[in-house]
Amino acid sequence: MASQDQENLDDKASPGSGDMTPPGPAARQRRLFAYPFIVTFIIMLGLWLILSGRFDAFHLSLGLISCAIVSYLSSDLLFASPKITGLLRQWGRFIRYVPWLMLEIIKANLHVTYLVFHPRMMELIDPRIVKFRSKLKSDLALVTFANSITLTPGTITVYVSLDGDFKVHAIDKASGDPLPGAMEANIAKAFGEV
Amino acid sequence: MDIIVCLLLFAGLFFFTGGAVGILRFPDFYSRLHPAGKLDTLGALLAMIGLALFNLHHFSLGTLLTSLKIMLILVFVFLASPTATHAIVDAGVRAGLAPWTKGEERR
Repeated sequence: MASQDQENLDDKASPGSGDMTPPGPAARQRRLFAYPFIVTFIIMLGLWLILSGRFDAFHLSLGLISCAIVSYLSSDLLFASPKITGLLRQWGRFIRYVPWLMLEIIKANLHVTYLVFHPRMMELIDPRIVKFRSKLKSDLALVTFANSITLTPGTITVYVSLDGDFKVHAIDKASGDPLPGAMEANIAKAFGEV
Repeated sequence: MDIIVCLLLFAGLFFFTGGAVGILRFPDFYSRLHPAGKLDTLGALLAMIGLALFNLHHFSLGTLLTSLKIMLILVFVFLASPTATHAIVDAGVRAGLAPWTKGEERR
């Protein structure tokens, strides 16, 4: 039963890569979405295995079928880059960005906790709206920047425009001043927009 | 092992408490969102890692799957929490609520 499932997976995960037809326009288009399709399929299948937790043939084949359908419909949503090397480099850079973000989150959390428990909190905080223009270009980089700002306590993104105009609510001067600063530089690095 | 789990859980609880106290103490809608939306993320991070470690006491496929699910919760919290906070702030701005500035009385 397991070998049959394996065959099934190979069948669905490699559309058009096994046949030997000369590369016409249709074939080229197929190959364009082959890598995003496979990577989306693997991620979906991993999620399915973790969430279902059953490894018998029935549940596995259900998972294979539904993952194939979902990744066929949405493979162009998750990964814009059609080449596998560009994809890997992009994710490698993004993964290197995550530990830095975690460190920032912990530092900023300690700062806000200090403010919360300070007896004269009302004199320490000084809420303000910080406005600046970001140099980031792509939508994904802007969204990541906005979410990173909101994740680090002391700052909440109020408004982002498509051109990169940011309005950020900062709880005090110390939280608002470093923007955009190092975080923008790191995100630019993570998305290859140096 | 138990000591690490306890430390993580208590640190998580500490940040959750900070969030709750912050909601009560801060002066207005926008500044209350700072502790409400975000001390929770670090609190959840620490508490969930603690639970995932505790769950791995008896190592088997079942407990490993449960721990992976707990870590998945974290991923989704880190994606959803800033988005939700942003939506709430945006609702406040659209309704025309001006942010509190220094010197005003608390609302």
